[in-house]
Amino acid sequence: MNHSLNNVITQAEQVIVGKPRQIRMALACLLARGHLLIEDLPGVGKTTLAQVLARTLGLEFQRIQFTSDLLPADILGVSIYQRDNGKFEFHPGPIFAQMVLADEVNRATPKAQSALLEAMEERQVTIEGTTRPLPVPFFVIATQNPTYQIGTFPLPESQLDRFLMRIRMGYPDPQAERGLLSGVDRREIVAGLAPQLESAELLALQQRVQQVFVSPALLDYAQAILRHTREATRYAHGLSPRAGLALLAAARAWALLDGRDAVLPEDVQAVLPGVASHRLQPLGERAKQDGDALVQELIAAVAIP
Amino acid sequence: MNKPLIYALLLSILMVAAPHAEHLPPWVSALCAALLVWRAYLTRIGGALPKRWLLTAITFAGAGAILIEFHTLFGREAGVTLLILLTALKFMELRSPRDATVLIYLACFIVITNFFYSQSIPTALYMLATLLVIVTTWVQLNGQSIALKPRLKIAATLLLQALPLTLVLFVLFPRVQGPLWGLPQDAFASSGLSDNMAPGSISRLSLSDEVAFRVVYAGPPPRREQMYWRGPVLWLFDGRTWTPGRTARTIAPEFTNLAQPIDYSVTLEPHNKTWLFALDVPDRLSVAADLTHDFQIVRKEPLKARLRYDARSHLAYRANLRESEQQIQRALQLPRALNPRAQRLAGQWRTEGANDAAVTQAALAYFNRENFSYTLEPPLLTGMNNIDEFLFESREGFCEHYAGSFVFLMRAAHIPARVVTGYQGGEYNEVGGYYIVRQSDAHAWAEVWLSGQGWVRIDPTAAIAPTRIERNLAAAVPDNAALPFMARSAPQWLRDLRLNWDAVANRWNQWVLGYNSELQFAFLTRLGMEDITWQKLALNMTFVLGLVVATFALFMLRHLYTQRPDKVQAAWLRLCSRLAKAGLPRAPHEGAQDYAARVAAARPDLAEAFRDLATRYSALRYGGEPDEQARQMFLQRAATFKVRQGIIRAS
Repeated sequence: MNHSLNNVITQAEQVIVGKPRQIRMALACLLARGHLLIEDLPGVGKTTLAQVLARTLGLEFQRIQFTSDLLPADILGVSIYQRDNGKFEFHPGPIFAQMVLADEVNRATPKAQSALLEAMEERQVTIEGTTRPLPVPFFVIATQNPTYQIGTFPLPESQLDRFLMRIRMGYPDPQAERGLLSGVDRREIVAGLAPQLESAELLALQQRVQQVFVSPALLDYAQAILRHTREATRYAHGLSPRAGLALLAAARAWALLDGRDAVLPEDVQAVLPGVASHRLQPLGERAKQDGDALVQELIAAVAIP
Repeated sequence: MNKPLIYALLLSILMVAAPHAEHLPPWVSALCAALLVWRAYLTRIGGALPKRWLLTAITFAGAGAILIEFHTLFGREAGVTLLILLTALKFMELRSPRDATVLIYLACFIVITNFFYSQSIPTALYMLATLLVIVTTWVQLNGQSIALKPRLKIAATLLLQALPLTLVLFVLFPRVQGPLWGLPQDAFASSGLSDNMAPGSISRLSLSDEVAFRVVYAGPPPRREQMYWRGPVLWLFDGRTWTPGRTARTIAPEFTNLAQPIDYSVTLEPHNKTWLFALDVPDRLSVAADLTHDFQIVRKEPLKARLRYDARSHLAYRANLRESEQQIQRALQLPRALNPRAQRLAGQWRTEGANDAAVTQAALAYFNRENFSYTLEPPLLTGMNNIDEFLFESREGFCEHYAGSFVFLMRAAHIPARVVTGYQGGEYNEVGGYYIVRQSDAHAWAEVWLSGQGWVRIDPTAAIAPTRIERNLAAAVPDNAALPFMARSAPQWLRDLRLNWDAVANRWNQWVLGYNSELQFAFLTRLGMEDITWQKLALNMTFVLGLVVATFALFMLRHLYTQRPDKVQAAWLRLCSRLAKAGLPRAPHEGAQDYAARVAAARPDLAEAFRDLATRYSALRYGGEPDEQARQMFLQRAATFKVRQGIIRAS
């Protein structure tokens, strides 16, 4: 097991108390080169998680607060006429950072949303005919308020699919909350965090994730899950092949975080709520059911071959 | 219950009950239609179903009315009527899926009752379509969200999958003797020849193109003018009607100088009479029946089911050369007081003629010479001396007139004679390679007894209208006669269509409807089954049904056995089942590591050993490099793993 990766987890857990699972999921998402969507109420620590990760991993950090009047140029950047030399000079937007926190992404109009999501997918930005690559590694953490809150533009399903995982923070447990309330200001702690990884190390880890072994028996299991979502009647539609690839990538990262070089069914089960909950739509009477509960049912319904 | 499902159920019941409207009492049809329309209306407006007391009242009133109408609630008519009425009433309390299931079962049952009335190919096809609608509705009941097309596809697949089972049941289900399901007698209309002949009885029959029987000749068929199918023989004449009289069954018939044997098989439609038909004199028959003294074939029971039999006849013969005096006297019986002119004419021939043969020739010549005509619509002769009227005045008649008056003339001339009724000719079906004999081929002719020659067939009709014998009825009668449609010269394509259809219907009759216990016996014997009893049939049927179902099951569940677990997996599953017996079953979705953690929490004594096993298993099953040594180690440790380890190990 990579020593520095352990340090990352330990340091993050010290700041974000009582959320080890969320921290691991976020890290797994990052290592699998995916983007993360955090959905929860304001004030439960979404921003803090992003900041802690950026600090601890030594990543350049930018934050975009999404509002209803946000324009694509506010995200991507804009060319401005320079009077001194009479030329247009490109001023990169906040998207040009290794870690971007897109806060309350569903408050912006679909136009601004799609500017971000296209950049996420392509890992490059084309402005006025010039294509500019985004930095490497490039990781977006988007947060969104629950969609039933007013003043939101819910992300369409096709856009949700761009996020490798969606997780929820949830309220802290009483003990953790006590520590939170009695302790020092989180912002000060975050400001004082030292990076535990170099960019190059992070890239190497992302490479290693791809080399984690997936056995035929495990592929059987993954396919059984995909098949079940397509054949069972409780889902509006089954998981796509892209979702299947995402599931395996996330499970590989999870195995690496656990210090193994092969994926186990447990890894798949661990990442499945993050990977599948925003991709599965319940059908009929279950329409109001929570995505996470649906995924737990899915896990229980598919036997490990 | 959603609306489309209720409409689909209404359609199913409507389709399956519609053919019954023909024979239900009109008030039942009307009541059922009213109930269905009422239900459709209630569904449309979303109204509440009627109260229970109202339904109960309608039910009892309906059952009471059926009881009054039929004097019973059982039997075919009353039973079917009651069933349909109750089915329509069931709609009025259709609330839950359970009620819908009951309605679907009822619909399937009504499908069967339709075959009580008709077993023809159109009925079968219509019932198949109905069954498809019913099964589609059934699919709809169980899968609300499926669209119409896939629903139809599922239903069709289900029906197709049922086909092998249907075939097995059809071939092997033990058959009861007699007609299908032991139907009551009224299931068969009796049409065809009767056992007496009065002017008009055969010409009336000629208007029907119903099939009387079908014939397949084993060798080349005889000439058309030799195809005389003998039926009832009539001896007794009361001045108007010919009847058989008392046929002596105890005296054996006697044939000599038999020649021109011909083999054929007859498929006789049920006619509710005891006689069978054969060419001239038969000496072999494949079914049990008596040959009477005047060579009629008579069964003990009236024919209520289609019967197929093989026979051999001789077209050249001398029959009853030594006829008993009693029979001669019967063949000369005559009401002496009637028809004096005919008697005088016969007496004149008698004195002129050298012998009996010359007298018959004189009579035939008379028919041929005088201005007689052959017609389907002869004038009605009502007088006492109707043979005189026919012979000397009207001179228009059908075969029964000619045969009757000819026999009268012979008897008047002291030549023993009798009337024979039956069928003559037939239409060749090229598609099926057989002859169809219809009711319109019904015919009557005469037989005279000449010493030295025995009984000789003489057909006076041939003297007047030879085309009737050589070709067919349509050729012999004027164009404007009221012939059955198909006996006329219809366009060629229509005739071809008709013949094709008849060939198909014949196969259907012989191999589907006619598949009775005898045919079943013959078929299974040919397949090599011995000592066929119904118990053995039932046993075989159960076995083959099980075989078919098992084959289907294996085919459908094949993905279960293609993934046979390897040794490591098998050892792991054995471990799990051993722990399951100790009260720690693994959930199907539980991974090895999670399971090991749970086992460790519940049984600290096993924790170390089982964790080790689980880790090894995970590495072997999901790990990258297969390591034979690790594999052997795991298998060995798994084999020696003991659930009943002492707590001591925890130290």
